[in-house]
Amino acid sequence: MILTKAQYDEIAQCLVSVPPTRQSLRKLKQRFPSQSQATLLSIFSQEYQKHIKRTHAKHHTSEAIESYYQRYLNGVAKNGAAPVLLDLANEVDYAPSLMARLILERFLQEHEETPPSKSVINSMLRDPSQIPDGVLANQVYQCIVNDCCYGPLVDCIKHAIGHEHEVMLRDMLLEKNLSFLDEDQLRAKGYDKTPDFILQVPVAVEGHIIHWIESKASFGDECSHHAYLHDQFWSYWNRDGSQSCSGWSGIPGLGDSSASASQSARIKGVGKHFLPGIFVKYVCR
Amino acid sequence: MAAVLESLLREEVSVAAVVRWIARSTQGSKDNPGEAAALSSLRPLRKEFVPFLLNFLREQSSRVLPQGPPTPAKASGASAALPGRPGGPPRGSRGARSQLFPPTEALSTAAESPVARRGGRRRVPGPARERGGRSLEEGVSVESLPGAGSRRLRGSGSPSRPSLTLSDPPNLSNLEEFPPVGSVPPGPTGRTKPSRRINPTPVSEERSLSKPKTCFTSPPISCVPSSQPSALDTRPWGLGLPPGCRSLQEEREMLRKERSKQLQQSPTPTCPTPELGSPLLNWTGGLTDELADPARVSSRQRLELVALVYSSCIAENLVPNLFLELFFVFQLLTARRMVTAKDNDFELSPGALDSLESPLFQSIHDCVFFAVQVLECHFQVLSNLDKGTLKLLAENERLLCFSPALQGRLRAAYEGSVAKVSLVMPPSAQAVSFQPETDNRANFSSDRAFHTFKKQRDVFYEVLREWEDHHEEAGWDFEKGLGSRIRAMMGQLSAACSHSHFVRLFQKQLLQMCQSPGGAGGTVLGEAPDVLSMLGADKLGRLWRLQERLVTPQSSGGPCPPPTFPGCQGFFRDFILSASSFQFNQHLMDSLSLKIRELNGLTLPQHEPSDEDGESDVDWQGERRQFAVVLLSLRLLAKFLGFVAFLPYRGPEPPPTGELQDSILALRSQVPPVLDVRTLLQRGLQARRAVLTVPWLVEFLSFADHVVPLLDYYQGIFTLLLRLHRSLVLSQENERKMCFLNKLLLLAVLGWLFQIPTVPEDLFFLEEGPSDAFEMDIVAPEHGLDSMPVVDQQLLYTCCPYIGELRKLLALWVSGSSGRSGGFVRKITPTTTTTSSLGAQPPQTSQGLQAQLAQAFFHNQPPSLRRTVEFVAERIGSNCVKHIKATLVADLVRQVESLLQEQLVTQGEEGGDPAQLLEILYSRLCPHGAQALALGREFCQRKSPGAVRALLPEETPAAVLSSAENIAVGLATEKACAWLSANITALIRREVKAAVSRTLRAQGPEPAARGERRGCSRACEHHAPLPSHLISEIKDVLSLAVGPRDSDEGVSPEHLEQLVCQLGQTLQCRQFLCPPAEQHLAKCSVELASFLVADQIPILGPPAQHRLERGQARRLLHMLLSLWKEHFQGPVPLQLLLSPRNVGLLADTRPREWDLLLFLLRELVEKGLMGRMEIEACLGSLHQAQWPRDFAEELATLSNLLLAEPHLPEPQLRACELVQSNRGTVLAQS
Repeated sequence: MILTKAQYDEIAQCLVSVPPTRQSLRKLKQRFPSQSQATLLSIFSQEYQKHIKRTHAKHHTSEAIESYYQRYLNGVAKNGAAPVLLDLANEVDYAPSLMARLILERFLQEHEETPPSKSVINSMLRDPSQIPDGVLANQVYQCIVNDCCYGPLVDCIKHAIGHEHEVMLRDMLLEKNLSFLDEDQLRAKGYDKTPDFILQVPVAVEGHIIHWIESKASFGDECSHHAYLHDQFWSYWNRDGSQSCSGWSGIPGLGDSSASASQSARIKGVGKHFLPGIFVKYVCR
Repeated sequence: MAAVLESLLREEVSVAAVVRWIARSTQGSKDNPGEAAALSSLRPLRKEFVPFLLNFLREQSSRVLPQGPPTPAKASGASAALPGRPGGPPRGSRGARSQLFPPTEALSTAAESPVARRGGRRRVPGPARERGGRSLEEGVSVESLPGAGSRRLRGSGSPSRPSLTLSDPPNLSNLEEFPPVGSVPPGPTGRTKPSRRINPTPVSEERSLSKPKTCFTSPPISCVPSSQPSALDTRPWGLGLPPGCRSLQEEREMLRKERSKQLQQSPTPTCPTPELGSPLLNWTGGLTDELADPARVSSRQRLELVALVYSSCIAENLVPNLFLELFFVFQLLTARRMVTAKDNDFELSPGALDSLESPLFQSIHDCVFFAVQVLECHFQVLSNLDKGTLKLLAENERLLCFSPALQGRLRAAYEGSVAKVSLVMPPSAQAVSFQPETDNRANFSSDRAFHTFKKQRDVFYEVLREWEDHHEEAGWDFEKGLGSRIRAMMGQLSAACSHSHFVRLFQKQLLQMCQSPGGAGGTVLGEAPDVLSMLGADKLGRLWRLQERLVTPQSSGGPCPPPTFPGCQGFFRDFILSASSFQFNQHLMDSLSLKIRELNGLTLPQHEPSDEDGESDVDWQGERRQFAVVLLSLRLLAKFLGFVAFLPYRGPEPPPTGELQDSILALRSQVPPVLDVRTLLQRGLQARRAVLTVPWLVEFLSFADHVVPLLDYYQGIFTLLLRLHRSLVLSQENERKMCFLNKLLLLAVLGWLFQIPTVPEDLFFLEEGPSDAFEMDIVAPEHGLDSMPVVDQQLLYTCCPYIGELRKLLALWVSGSSGRSGGFVRKITPTTTTTSSLGAQPPQTSQGLQAQLAQAFFHNQPPSLRRTVEFVAERIGSNCVKHIKATLVADLVRQVESLLQEQLVTQGEEGGDPAQLLEILYSRLCPHGAQALALGREFCQRKSPGAVRALLPEETPAAVLSSAENIAVGLATEKACAWLSANITALIRREVKAAVSRTLRAQGPEPAARGERRGCSRACEHHAPLPSHLISEIKDVLSLAVGPRDSDEGVSPEHLEQLVCQLGQTLQCRQFLCPPAEQHLAKCSVELASFLVADQIPILGPPAQHRLERGQARRLLHMLLSLWKEHFQGPVPLQLLLSPRNVGLLADTRPREWDLLLFLLRELVEKGLMGRMEIEACLGSLHQAQWPRDFAEELATLSNLLLAEPHLPEPQLRACELVQSNRGTVLAQS
């Protein structure tokens, strides 16, 4: 299954300023019944992250935080059981989990003498029972459970997806009898940054020679391609490269790789182990 | 200059500031203003500081080292080049030029400066005054400028002038008066005797093996005209000098006489006579050595300071020759005794310890202390010397006594060193075989030319053989014996193309014969394997070692010998000279240039760092060897090119001066260089191949005539070389820069070049070194040859045999003191072989003969055969090592892992000291390394023949094939075994260490989890739902439960049940499950249970029934309980069930139903998932939270109820459950 750029864009179109809630996702599913929930969620998450990246600065001004906090206090004073924080987040168009973090930070600043450390906050977000204020604990929990794009649960889901796809990819390689070195083996050889798999014998996929495969459980839109390029690809290249790199071909098809690993990124004409290779962007079963 | 040193000694300025000052770096803000001011006033003198310091040290040590081999001091200084210096020729003056002084000659300043400084205050002893009259400008300047201390001392920067002082030991200069005793002068002695006192016993062979025994005071070999070429190497010092050089010689002689006269007039005979005894006696313990005692060092601080400045200068490459300085320091270290304990020259100033006025070295103790101080700063260099030198250093009792720490480090370095260096190589030389591609008829213009060439070839080898047989005989003369025959042969080479053919032959033969280190091969052509080589390789090796010792003179050429043509090279040089054929020379130059270009441009295998870390070591050795071959060939070719190219310009007459020089310069600057070495150098630097280019360039330049360094073209080269020299700071370790030994090689050859007489001495110190500018114009590629470890000690010592002087110095010390220290010199006892046993011994057992046979075999086969065999041997050898690593070593590592597990089990969790553990493992496993050799041999035996067979043509005759196979097996085995025997232990250690740390790390953080973690069952097909999917699903349910939700939202009971079932499946198939996912699943399942208990999950169904049936809830909880109990492998945060937030969910329900919670808690206890105490604690902490009053009461009841229950065995519990649930309902209703 390959999602075309047009399809992706269509879905993304529906996601403009939609809160990242269960309800939004349900509507999306009704709108695109042919897509799996995982696919939609992935696109949703990605688009929403872009949105947050653009806007999150304005929620982090001290005035904004103060006003959110006051509104939260007023809200829970009226009715502690109402979804005050969640509504606030949706109203100001911010991710509920991030809003919860904001308010929690603010709350702890007020109640603790020392400013809270990041790890304390993270731990409280993972387990709201640790939050000293019962009402806030419930509010935060509600935000986290209802946020489908941010928060510890979502992070865990993403991580799990990444891991699962790596495992699947390995199985496919084994099934196809392709000899490869995985990340652990590469690390044992002393590489610090490695793709998921380096093929010991390169293969040709859709006319392109592939030396390595990196599985990414997210869609390869242009923006994230470039981010990956920056974070990972060049790291591999720097560790291997001696020749110049040419022919970054953009996104021929947004990827999926059941049997035909579609190639969402490819580099030609570069050296040995690492290059060129592919990023397998999304895998559906 | 002295002012600088003095202000340093007075601690007015810091050492660092001084070094920065000398190095001409812009003075950093770190310098305190006082220092900066003190130094900036001395700015104009900056470049003279280093020469001053060097000379100062030489002078100071002169009382200690008169009898040792002289250390040349490239003493000079910029002042030598200053115009207007009376009597001194302008730039590059010849007079000062060759005065690389033995220390004794160089001494003047220290003694002189205090004298001068004190002026009226101090009574200048007679001779000094006399000297003032004699050595004109110095004396005058000293007397007339009493105030300008520093300026005055400038003169001391060039001790090259005839400055004579009181402290000149007489033994050195007055040879007529003190002829060496007990030595038979090989010629008319006295007149041209070198200043050295030791006359090496002339061993006829040693001449060919060693550099001639001329130190820097000797004229360069290049002065020799062609008239008597054969006299060069074989005659003792000075005798072979042509008339022109003799004039120089005479000049020097006059100086010497002058000095001795003065010494005779000296009122204080400064030197007792023991040193004047037979040199043999001297060295073998005739002298009573003074014991050096650290406690008796005078003015430690001063010595430390000077040592620090000196060391820093060395470290910053501010001195011309690193090894010369080391040699000097070693001399100090091994100084036997002071000439006189208290020189009366100095006794006037015993109090002024903080200045220069008292001698720096007042005793042997001072010398040794100073030397050890300096050596401590250069440990890195020392540790890279050859093993023999390291051993001698480590066993030096003075070092041990003065710095046990340094001694310890040296011992460690010695033990870790594999750098065994032998400069005597088995001779291997054969005639150049007929080269079908170039030597066939088609390449000649006519039949006649072809046949002439054939004849010439025969003549050439005849001449060579004759030289072989006779050149060592006394009285045999090359020119007389062979000259006419050679010229007749050259005369026949009429056609130009014949010349080129002959030159090719000549060059090939040159490379073949002289490539072995030093070109020292004794035997050349057609010599039947003699008695010696039948002894077998082992004994042969011993014999070679013995021969090396017997034949290598105790001290050959000093640390800076002039360029020479040792061994076979002499033949080729003499051939060129005797032939004196312009055509031949031109063709030779063309051919040499071409070959140099070719070799210099050779792409040497680019090492891939970190590719296969340890495994490529084997390949590396091959590459290093290849590099060595290329480098040595280049050096040889460049040497001959330099010799031939500059031959026409070297004459007997002294170097021209004045206008004559200018006109010669103008003329010579028109002549294009024979080879564009400047461009090659620039390219070499840019491509970071200096380690290849510079050594041969140095050889080339070493034959330059006096005018060459003055030409713009070559000046540019020298500037580049100087900058390179300055930039090679050894302590700067930079992985992208040059390897240490590469740097050391370059420093050694450059240092040597800077000491060559034809190189103007002021060149080095005059150069303002903008070393950073130098750095910039190198556009460095990622991996140049420079950054690869291509140089090893063997190559270093082969290229720079003079480094071996250090070892000789130490060995001399040991041999001198062997009686006392127990004798470190091990005796080689060669096995004698009777003639009968020799006859009985079949020669084929001899490896030496075998090797010769192999050589002969290849000689007669096409070159591709040899390449193939060598290639196969190389690859198989390398593969063998990899194979051993993958099998034997990997097995051992597995053993380690299981051993370690055992250890950990027996020793419990804490294990024990890992280092100790490691040692135990090493000791158990390393012995297994011995198997590697047998396995390796077997592997090579098995693999090589097939490979050779596959690669050689089908038609290869069977005999040839089997020989080739055998040779390949032998070579591969040799290669593999050499590597394995050297490295297998280290390899095992490394791998074991890695395995242990891996195992320990794995044990570390979560031993329980690791130990218990299970995979899927064998039958599992991995169809369970993905963890990510499940988390996502449960999250949806939770969010529904928490709300907010629409009225039509909810889950069906079936869906819930399915979800829990799926969770079970996922937990059982662990294919896709990673620990974080499992953690979250655990947490979500607990949350889910809480919502079930509180009945908060909205259920889809008929409107009336929005709640889960009690029974269904129980069933779900049961399922969850068994999942927690059975299938989760990580911890499940069950205490969350009793967190205020989750219990608080109950508070909102009306009517409150406690029975599910009670049920859950009981089950938890019963299944052993939670302890009673734990529950108690959780419930206790619940009370602290704020609850509605009635809720708090109910909670208290619940906990009482739970805690009041007796701990009953299982069957009763079941019964109990019913009762309890009833009671629960009652409770709920109350």
